[in-house]
Amino acid sequence: MTQQTAESPARKQRAQLKVRTLRTDRWWLAPALTFAGLTFFLIYGFWAIFDKSYFVEPYIAPFSSPCLTTACPEGARLFGWAPIGDWFALPPGLIILGLPAGFRFTCYYYRKSYYRSFWLSPPACAVGEPHKKYTGETRLPLVIQNVHRYFFYGAILIGAILSYDAILALIHKPAGLGTWILLINAALIVLYTLSCHSCRHITAGRLNHFSKHPLRYRAWTFVSKLNAKHMQLAWASLFSVMIADFYVRMVAKGVITFPFA
Amino acid sequence: MSYKGKFRVWRGEGGEGRLEDFTVEVNEGEVVLDVIHRLQATQAPDLAVRWNCKAGKCGSCSMEINGKPRLGCMTRMSTFTEDETITVTPMRTFPVIKDLVTDVSYNYQKAREIPSFTPPKDVKPGEYRMQQIDVERSQEFRKCIECFMCNNVCHVIRDHEENKTHFAGPRFLMRIAELDMHPYDVADRKDSAQEDHGLGYCNITKCCTEVCPEHIKITDNALIPMKERVVDRKYDPLVWLGNKIFRR
Repeated sequence: MTQQTAESPARKQRAQLKVRTLRTDRWWLAPALTFAGLTFFLIYGFWAIFDKSYFVEPYIAPFSSPCLTTACPEGARLFGWAPIGDWFALPPGLIILGLPAGFRFTCYYYRKSYYRSFWLSPPACAVGEPHKKYTGETRLPLVIQNVHRYFFYGAILIGAILSYDAILALIHKPAGLGTWILLINAALIVLYTLSCHSCRHITAGRLNHFSKHPLRYRAWTFVSKLNAKHMQLAWASLFSVMIADFYVRMVAKGVITFPFA
Repeated sequence: MSYKGKFRVWRGEGGEGRLEDFTVEVNEGEVVLDVIHRLQATQAPDLAVRWNCKAGKCGSCSMEINGKPRLGCMTRMSTFTEDETITVTPMRTFPVIKDLVTDVSYNYQKAREIPSFTPPKDVKPGEYRMQQIDVERSQEFRKCIECFMCNNVCHVIRDHEENKTHFAGPRFLMRIAELDMHPYDVADRKDSAQEDHGLGYCNITKCCTEVCPEHIKITDNALIPMKERVVDRKYDPLVWLGNKIFRR
């Protein structure tokens, strides 16, 4: 196998255009907005995880749910349960953070967005990338992206817990604005999770004979329709979880105090 | 209504060349290829351009227009302003033969490396029985007109010539997915997709899908499903265990 460098004879046979791109449109806008959106989410998430105002009856902030230590207020514990006990002194949100964070980090849509906006590989189509070498997802650490389906299983669990939190809020405070914010957030999180490419594969994508599995085929058809909106659901659920989390914390801090908060 | 359009066109043989400026008449309803032909007829008779059907179905007139991979015959002049200078260059990933004509033999080489459709030995031609829902996924990929713009735009080889030896490009990874999803194909394509054809190099940035003139969802419907099938085979211990226990 002949190793060819950027200055190899084969490369020199291409049109020797000395510019990174000849695109005249605003190709930089989408990666710039993505960079700003994801950076904002990371900064907010860092603040939220260490913020202690995560519970006010009957709301629990999504970034801190489920609350599994004895440090959690009794009403905030999942089924009144504190399996972690009192040894975990760090913020309770850190215990489960890995599941939703891993799910989004290894998500096929987010991979596209951060490869483009953070790693510039490539920043946009037909725009040269700055890296001299490229091995993609063939070796460590990026080959680990292949564990996405395991994070999907975890994300289903998180989606179910957030739905449970929202239903509890609905039972105890049906007219509360926070209840409806949590309900919308739970719905978007569940839809984003179900629209995942791994979910599509697990329902029936791995089969070659759809006709022999009509129920799985119907599930695949449904997930495929959701999957077509995966990017929109990814962004909608990213912002909804931040809005819901921030709202609950503001109510817990007493910043938001109106009667139907 | 006509106007004088400003064009910059790549001229040269091999890799050597330059962008030359031209002012050409543009008429209402025309596409870029029409103007290139007028340029050829009036000012640059030796300008090389590959074309055939002028209907977006043969995939011959792939070029880069203002830096974007496009079919010359499907790019309407009405999408540009009259004072805009339109830059037309050959596809950047492939060697230039002359002017806008590139040597796309890399693609034919990669096509030859993929084992053809392999039916079960006990099923003879004429005995295939498939329902529409079993084959419609693959039928989307059969719309491909082999313009090779997806392979041209893919940064894995566009920016890294050295990857051409071990990366088949989206067009042919889609071909592998098409065969792997076929109800009557029995060849084992998952390991070879990863090991021989470089599926792991794809970082799903979807440029192939963005430029496809047939609007095939290459990434979502071929490359990612194929990546998931490779995960089944190589990276998922639960699937491996299930296959061992149930002897699937």
